[in-house]
Amino acid sequence: MAQTTTLKKEAAGVRVHKLSIILSKGTLDMAYPAFMLASAAAAMGTEVHVFFTFWGLSVINKKKESKLKVAPVGNPALSVPNILGVIPGMTAMTTSMMRGKIKGMKLRAIPELIHDAHEMGVHIHACSTTMDMMGVRQEDLIPEVDDIVGAATFLQLSEDGQTIFV
Amino acid sequence: MEQFAEKRIIDSRGRPCPGPVTDLSKAYRVAKLGDVLEVWATDPAAKNEIQTWAKHSGNDILEIADEKNYARIVVQVTKKRT
Repeated sequence: MAQTTTLKKEAAGVRVHKLSIILSKGTLDMAYPAFMLASAAAAMGTEVHVFFTFWGLSVINKKKESKLKVAPVGNPALSVPNILGVIPGMTAMTTSMMRGKIKGMKLRAIPELIHDAHEMGVHIHACSTTMDMMGVRQEDLIPEVDDIVGAATFLQLSEDGQTIFV
Repeated sequence: MEQFAEKRIIDSRGRPCPGPVTDLSKAYRVAKLGDVLEVWATDPAAKNEIQTWAKHSGNDILEIADEKNYARIVVQVTKKRT
């Protein structure tokens, strides 16, 4: 659906020049695609906004951003059978496997990726309701966070652009 | 005073997507009109990615060449974002 709209817009000569990403998950396999898209878009000269809500807030939490994991449970694409995924230590195992691959590929770690994206102009917004719900204070967030916003502000920021929910 | 155009090599070999494009974009930010930016990349999508970037940003592709183990994409800065 979204793609058709974009194609139509491009055909009409309107260039999509704003990208907004809502990151609601706090796992490695969600944070990476979101930030790769964000930095690629920034490199293209696109205005980029990332809104961190629910578990996505962990990605910009000082204490948690370097400790993101990838869980085998509920993720049938991983080679670990779901029934075994619940065994203690399985999440740590899949996480370290993925971290190893990431390192081997010369991919940047999440904190560096966020820092870089921010330097390239990617705007980082924290969701106020989530902060309240999870008892996260402003000082718990990484310094790259531009502001703490609500849903209405984000909707206004993302207006007339492309929005992706992760 | 007008400065002479420069040529810069951006070695993004081994960097996965979107590395080559972000490296190029960083160099582009400090480049002047007329400068030539030559990207070296091993990412299989890099040639397409950089062509898309150039089209999007209004800059010119001078050359795309396959070297032994990497691709070389030469871009000339013909438009600067204001």
